[in-house]
Amino acid sequence: MTEAAARASRLPRPSRALLTCAVLAAALVAGISIGETRIPPLTVLQALANRLFGAGLPLDPMDEGIIWNYRLTRALVAACCGAGLAVSGVVLQALLRNPLADPYIMGISAGASTGAVAVTIAGFGAGALSLSMGAFGGAVLAFALVALLARAAGGSVGGRGAVQIVLAGIAGSQLFNALTSFIITKSANADQARGIMFWLLGNLSGVRWHDVALAVPVALAGVALCAAHARALDAFTFGSDSAAALGVPVRRVQAVLIGASALLTAVMVSMVGSIGFVGLVIPHAARLLVGVRHARLIPAAALSGAVFLVTADILSRVIVPGQVLPIGVITALVGAPAFALILIRGQDRR
Amino acid sequence: MSLETHALGWTTGRTVVLQDISLTVRPGETLGLIGPNGSGKSTLLRLMAGLLRPSTGHVELEGRPLAALPRREIAQRIAWVAQQADTSDRITARDAVELGRTPWLSANDPWSPADDAIVKGALGDVGMGDLAARQWCTLSGGERQRVHIARALAQRASVLLLDEPTNHLDVHHQLSILSLVRRLPLTSVVALHDLNHALGCDRVAVLKAGRLLALGPPREILTPELMRGVFDVCAHILTDPADGAPVLRIHPIH
Repeated sequence: MTEAAARASRLPRPSRALLTCAVLAAALVAGISIGETRIPPLTVLQALANRLFGAGLPLDPMDEGIIWNYRLTRALVAACCGAGLAVSGVVLQALLRNPLADPYIMGISAGASTGAVAVTIAGFGAGALSLSMGAFGGAVLAFALVALLARAAGGSVGGRGAVQIVLAGIAGSQLFNALTSFIITKSANADQARGIMFWLLGNLSGVRWHDVALAVPVALAGVALCAAHARALDAFTFGSDSAAALGVPVRRVQAVLIGASALLTAVMVSMVGSIGFVGLVIPHAARLLVGVRHARLIPAAALSGAVFLVTADILSRVIVPGQVLPIGVITALVGAPAFALILIRGQDRR
Repeated sequence: MSLETHALGWTTGRTVVLQDISLTVRPGETLGLIGPNGSGKSTLLRLMAGLLRPSTGHVELEGRPLAALPRREIAQRIAWVAQQADTSDRITARDAVELGRTPWLSANDPWSPADDAIVKGALGDVGMGDLAARQWCTLSGGERQRVHIARALAQRASVLLLDEPTNHLDVHHQLSILSLVRRLPLTSVVALHDLNHALGCDRVAVLKAGRLLALGPPREILTPELMRGVFDVCAHILTDPADGAPVLRIHPIH
């Protein structure tokens, strides 16, 4: 256990939960108030009080509209995506025994991109499908192919299965990335290519309440399902054979949790595009904070992921005045050096 | 707790690793499993632990086929220690032993002081009590092996399956682990590569090329003829004049 973990565990449980909620709430309020037009945090709280509790405080309806319909939805979806991607990363790293595993390793992001360009550029579905639906379909299709390939390669047997899934994921990703490039070069004009590039790097600007209605339940259910399997995930510490010897139904747990993280990721990617590095960096950072036991690691990763993505979204709106950067650019710019630091620090402690 | 194998066989691809193994492990005994490299010792232990699905035959635990039991129930009765299992996670020795309580815990049965006491006792049994707080990555090979054995003990199973448990240990810990295994009121099946250790078992099973060649008390089984045929060595059992204990003298065939 790290020092920070020891300190965190000395706090009694209720106050840890309170602290968690307070940090997340502060990040959300910051996410709403900071932007092209700055809105004071007090106004944000007043607007929320009006909408949630019917407080009836006198506010500029324009401000209230921006807060409720644009900024709040954006911050909530960012938080859900961050939590979902981070927890998927934790689960995959534990099950595949690979510190480099992240939600995109199963070809999901590549499949989502192909689905998105197939709908928007190649005109697949003849206008009946939205970009999100295309992306979701592509993500699920790619994961199904990767899972089948891993299975055909003997991927469900013992500890060797982990390697097969990673390799199958690499093959799947290459295939779908090639398809995406093929569709873009064959049919897209310059404007379309630019637009799809923006989506591929992560874009939260189109997010509205119907997205929140999907993101919140999916993220909560996903995190809860993974947290319910915390002890089983711990049992994978020494590999899947050892987990089986400790009474974990390995195949069922792997199927349920890998399937759940794939779906969780597919839903998030279909809404906001593929945002890299969250699922890779946040789990490692959370381990430094609270240790490797999943009962603590999963909530910690969910919270850190949520706060990280809300913060990244704020940065994406303020770094270049008058322009919104793709959020994936921010997560990679912050995530890559952070990952390097974690690697070096982890080495020091050995 | 009785553990039986019936005409057990395991095939991978076209390679027959084990065939027609029928044996009964008697309650409370220590059964040594010996044989040259690749004779199928590890595979037999994995089949007995229910980690592999037999190609032919089946394993029975208390008269019930292992395949019909849920994993959790098997883990409450059978503990298995791999020849080698490592992790890059930052865990302490105590964390690793606590995993042994997994099959007994559930939402209704959370971690309790009783579990703490079992983990402490298991660490003490393998002489790792003082090193409980050490990080896994700072432990030596032998210390790691003792932690794995402590995890199996913390599982409180009645059958212990150990795959060459003395592999990385210095001579003092080899002897103390083996005498611990014999002393425990458990049924144990232990794959061994040191034939002198096999002499201390209640019975030994000899494997060669995936077949069970002999099964019985070590002094009756480990004859010069069998040792020549199985291990390709010359071996005689001598008697230690100090305490009358049997000792194997082994030398190459000229």
